[in-house]
Amino acid sequence: MAGRMVDISKRWGFHGVDALKNASPGYKMIMGLFALLALAGAAVGLHGLLVGYHHVYGVTRQVSWGLLISAYIFCVVTSTGLCIVSSIGHVFGGEAFMPIAKRAVYMSIMFMFGGFCIIFFDIENPFRMAIWNVLSPNFVSNMWWMGTLYGAYLVFMIIEYYFLLEQNHSLSRLMGFLGLVVGIAAHSNLGAVFGMLHGRPFWYGPYLPIYFIFSAAMSGGCAILFFTTLGWKINPEIMNQRMERAVKAVTQITIFLISVIIFFTIWKIITGMVSEGKHLVIMSFLSGDYSINFWVFEIFLGMFLPLFLLIRSRGNNFNLIMWATGLMMIGIFFMRYDIVIPGQMESVYHSLGVVEEANLLTYTPSFHEIMASLFGIGVIALAYFVGEKMLNGHQLEKHEIVPEGGYICPGCGAIHFMEEGETEEDAMKRHHRIW
Amino acid sequence: MKFPKINFDTLKNEGTKSVTAQERRNFLKLGLTVAGVYAGGKILSLTSVIGTAHASGVGFVEKYPYNPHYSMVIRQTLCIDCEKCVDACKVTNNIPDYGYRTRILTKKYTGKLDKQVEFIPVLCNHCNSAPCVRACPTKATYKDPVTGIVRMESKKCIGCKTCMLACPYDARYFSAERRAVDKCDFCWEERLSQGEKLTACAAACPTGARTFGNLTDPENIVYKLVHQLEEQVWVLRPADDTKPNIFYMKGNMRSVDNILNEQRFKYFDPDKI
Repeated sequence: MAGRMVDISKRWGFHGVDALKNASPGYKMIMGLFALLALAGAAVGLHGLLVGYHHVYGVTRQVSWGLLISAYIFCVVTSTGLCIVSSIGHVFGGEAFMPIAKRAVYMSIMFMFGGFCIIFFDIENPFRMAIWNVLSPNFVSNMWWMGTLYGAYLVFMIIEYYFLLEQNHSLSRLMGFLGLVVGIAAHSNLGAVFGMLHGRPFWYGPYLPIYFIFSAAMSGGCAILFFTTLGWKINPEIMNQRMERAVKAVTQITIFLISVIIFFTIWKIITGMVSEGKHLVIMSFLSGDYSINFWVFEIFLGMFLPLFLLIRSRGNNFNLIMWATGLMMIGIFFMRYDIVIPGQMESVYHSLGVVEEANLLTYTPSFHEIMASLFGIGVIALAYFVGEKMLNGHQLEKHEIVPEGGYICPGCGAIHFMEEGETEEDAMKRHHRIW
Repeated sequence: MKFPKINFDTLKNEGTKSVTAQERRNFLKLGLTVAGVYAGGKILSLTSVIGTAHASGVGFVEKYPYNPHYSMVIRQTLCIDCEKCVDACKVTNNIPDYGYRTRILTKKYTGKLDKQVEFIPVLCNHCNSAPCVRACPTKATYKDPVTGIVRMESKKCIGCKTCMLACPYDARYFSAERRAVDKCDFCWEERLSQGEKLTACAAACPTGARTFGNLTDPENIVYKLVHQLEEQVWVLRPADDTKPNIFYMKGNMRSVDNILNEQRFKYFDPDKI
């Protein structure tokens, strides 16, 4: 079967640096903009590292987690979500979801990487972390588990992506499964980092670990829709019947997940209003300092507008989906910010009724914090635009001659090979381990 | 379902003679049990503050988990906010300007006859189940196995600041000079390990508001102040259940002086009636 020997660059759908050179000037400008943003962010972040973060960051002793942690959480939540939603297809065999897998796993890795870029500028001694995380692990620390599991998650996702490119479905499926399990464990541990702080009633409890998982799935659906429809804008050829079906399926599941998060938010507000420890913070959401964040960004941009637009789009109006999910990404960013910052607003001594802590604490992100966050965002955006070109819209080479005995799988878009006397359907089932 | 109708008016009085001695005894026993539960509850509620305040378990424990079990009793109303303790701490432990290991909070009252303001010194509570120790990913902060002091191993600190948020007493800050989170160590590094008996803040306090000592030593002032029923002892944020080792009480009470002078029954001395 000589036909099985396929040029590796074709098999990976890899277009090389030439694809970047051939991009339109406008596209190059966008890439240059994000590259510049990432470089500027890294430069400002390194400046902060040199002069000492406490001189340039807005975080204080009492509000010690600021914009950087919010941005980190935004990135890793989206990464986990991309993994969760895409696993419906290439791990659990939901056919409709299969075509999104390559882009989703690629972006999942990039979001994770972007998250690590941001946390690098938040951790005061990132180099010590690499040493002491291994030499002196604290197994009861959620922070330790979160860091370690996310490290393992990134490794699994990279291996999975390799096998996706290689079209080795059984191994990519195994790695995807391990990545999913480890990713969910890591992500719920991130929720538990907050949920297990006794002294912080706004965070404490099982709510956040659970919320984080559902919220991640929602972010993942949103991100897949946004990046797929934006990819369609860049290269309309990526859209075909399979991809249209996939977008429709992801739209449906995203609508469902937004509804779940609305439900979560309603009960967070209602239970918080009758809780002594949460009341002040909840009231600052409803009518205080955080009311614009909450009502405009979190509720309107993050939930109601996308819910309305996604239902209106019926899953096939890609322009509408792109706008809905693009705005939703901004709303989701504020959702993360509204978890991290308000949880620290009430000083631990507020309930003691002392003069010093009578008012809620305030926090404003500094220029250095904003730029260090944009470093990670710039890296992710650059990786996306480069990936769309170099990896040919995450599709397989369509114009190549399908090798002898092979065919393009209707499920995943990959080239499959039929055994002797096998139908296409049987071959597809064999490749995807569906019995 | 029908309930039997009982007409109390037509019931015959059986008299007390028909009640056997055994029945009588059982009834009394029941009453005592009920009363005992209430009495017990009352006593528990009186002592339970000390129970939670105590370094380990409920009630007066005989054995503390550490020896010497360092602890501080803050007699709140003795504090005059002179901040000598804060200054002494800064000098002794080389605290930068932007940080502090201890501070004094102000609580204002209106409509009270005796005073309008109270000062509450706060510092690391050296909790027996310390949330910061659980939260640290690299064991950079730990309970000293001998003294129970929550200490830092600065070289392991990665600066993730989780401990700062885990602490329900705002006792931690990031020190750029140490490149690590810094906190009160009961002056272990600067004083106790070199043979001193008191922390810098306790030694500097002119009114005796801060009393420092060993909770396992029955002769120690800290032991005596905590192990008494007469005056209430409490801890900050007991609901967080961190089993702190900083105890608070009011200050200018004669009964405590009596305890310290071992005149336990001054007011109710049966010989003097």
